[in-house]
Amino acid sequence: MSAATFQGYRRANGTVGIRNHVLVLPSVMCANFVVERIGRALPDVATVTHPTGCAQVGTDFEQTKRTMAGFAANPNVGAVLVVGLGCETNESKALATEIAARGQRVEVLGIQETGGTTETIARGIELARGLLAEIAGYERVACPVGELILGTECGGSDGFSGITANPALGYASDRLVAAGGTVILAEVPELVGAEHLLAERAAPAVAAKLFELIERVEARARAMHVDMRYGNPTQGNIAGGLTTIEEKSLGAAYKGGSSELREVVEYAERPSGRGLVVMDTPGQDIEQMTGMVAGGAQIVVFTTGRGTPTGSPIAPVIKVATNSTMFERMRENMDVNAGAILDGTRTLEQVGDEIYDWIVDAANGRTPAAETLGFNDFAINRIGPSF
Amino acid sequence: MPLALDGNALRLKDDDDVAVALRPLEPGSTIRFPEATIVAVAAIPSGHKIAMRPIAGGALIRKYGQVIGRAVGAIAPGDHVHVHNVEGTRGRGDLAEVTL
Repeated sequence: MSAATFQGYRRANGTVGIRNHVLVLPSVMCANFVVERIGRALPDVATVTHPTGCAQVGTDFEQTKRTMAGFAANPNVGAVLVVGLGCETNESKALATEIAARGQRVEVLGIQETGGTTETIARGIELARGLLAEIAGYERVACPVGELILGTECGGSDGFSGITANPALGYASDRLVAAGGTVILAEVPELVGAEHLLAERAAPAVAAKLFELIERVEARARAMHVDMRYGNPTQGNIAGGLTTIEEKSLGAAYKGGSSELREVVEYAERPSGRGLVVMDTPGQDIEQMTGMVAGGAQIVVFTTGRGTPTGSPIAPVIKVATNSTMFERMRENMDVNAGAILDGTRTLEQVGDEIYDWIVDAANGRTPAAETLGFNDFAINRIGPSF
Repeated sequence: MPLALDGNALRLKDDDDVAVALRPLEPGSTIRFPEATIVAVAAIPSGHKIAMRPIAGGALIRKYGQVIGRAVGAIAPGDHVHVHNVEGTRGRGDLAEVTL
């Protein structure tokens, strides 16, 4: 029996973190270089870079801002330094104001205002060092497991994903929901063909929103006159035995377990309640992971058949292998071997319990492979062109 | 989930049209289920699907008890069931009317 609590960071706004990072975030790609140099000088800060933040409009710009603000306000982050240029669409002071409104400690620097690259790097190092000192005193306290928001993800799926790792993760998802926690099921293109099974477990309004998201995906395929299969399932999925998107989806949907679908949220939107939630993200692994973490997920469990190393700079990502061959070949990138179910050495429930224990252990500070290796994957899903 | 008696394949639901190979199967390998023995008529890589019964061209194909696609030609028992003989029924924007 796992403990009902873990040792986490209780933030001033009531949310609970499982890590205590200082994040240095560029509001625009023009600040990437400065952010990278601050990160090089201070290896203890988490940094991300991205190709967004300028010449964006409408819902695409709204989504980019929401993602950056949500990511920065994730409770795994104790304080944030935003670095902007000065003339960007995604104005750095406005972004900092939005982050502060979410209850996060934030500092902001503009390259044009500060007087160039070198001076901004120096000022940034000074500010980030101050933030590191400021949050160093935060202590872990006992927090209910129900405070956890788990992002579920599968990448590099194969013919075993829907038989071993995803159902085992579903078992762990059900345990977390039963403990009062929240589970995000995402990658909506990889629910096409399985949506009716989720809708059966949802209130009518929630089911209707799910069907709307699925229709958006298929409408996009129609507008482009393409068979989704040219890009998803991917070449690696097909080599692994997956034939159609329906087949991939039916296997993918197991990750969320069997509880009631309570809510459907937009990309990077924080769920309003607890339980099982669907988030509208693409199947592209890094955009999906970023969206879930920006929506408040403190932790991600990622199943993989082909072997995907992806990890977040601010949230532990636990890797579950679908088969023992890949688990052995990519041992340094994997945490749990669900291939043991097919080998007959462990039951699905035993692997599910192992995943659940990993989630609680990681909440307490245990670092999974992707975190130990220092991954900092980050990508924002674009829904419109640059202008 | 019915596992073949020889452990060579797994049929996820009793009435599925396909089973999943649990190891690479050479043509001529047998998969023994209580109700039938299937002989592979093609090489089936591990994790790939093998037909459990004759499937007519155009018929819907089930795995997990759910539709995973449609046969584009007749598929014989023991054949490899994959992208060469199955098309998706969803996300098929290529079949949409072209409007100019």
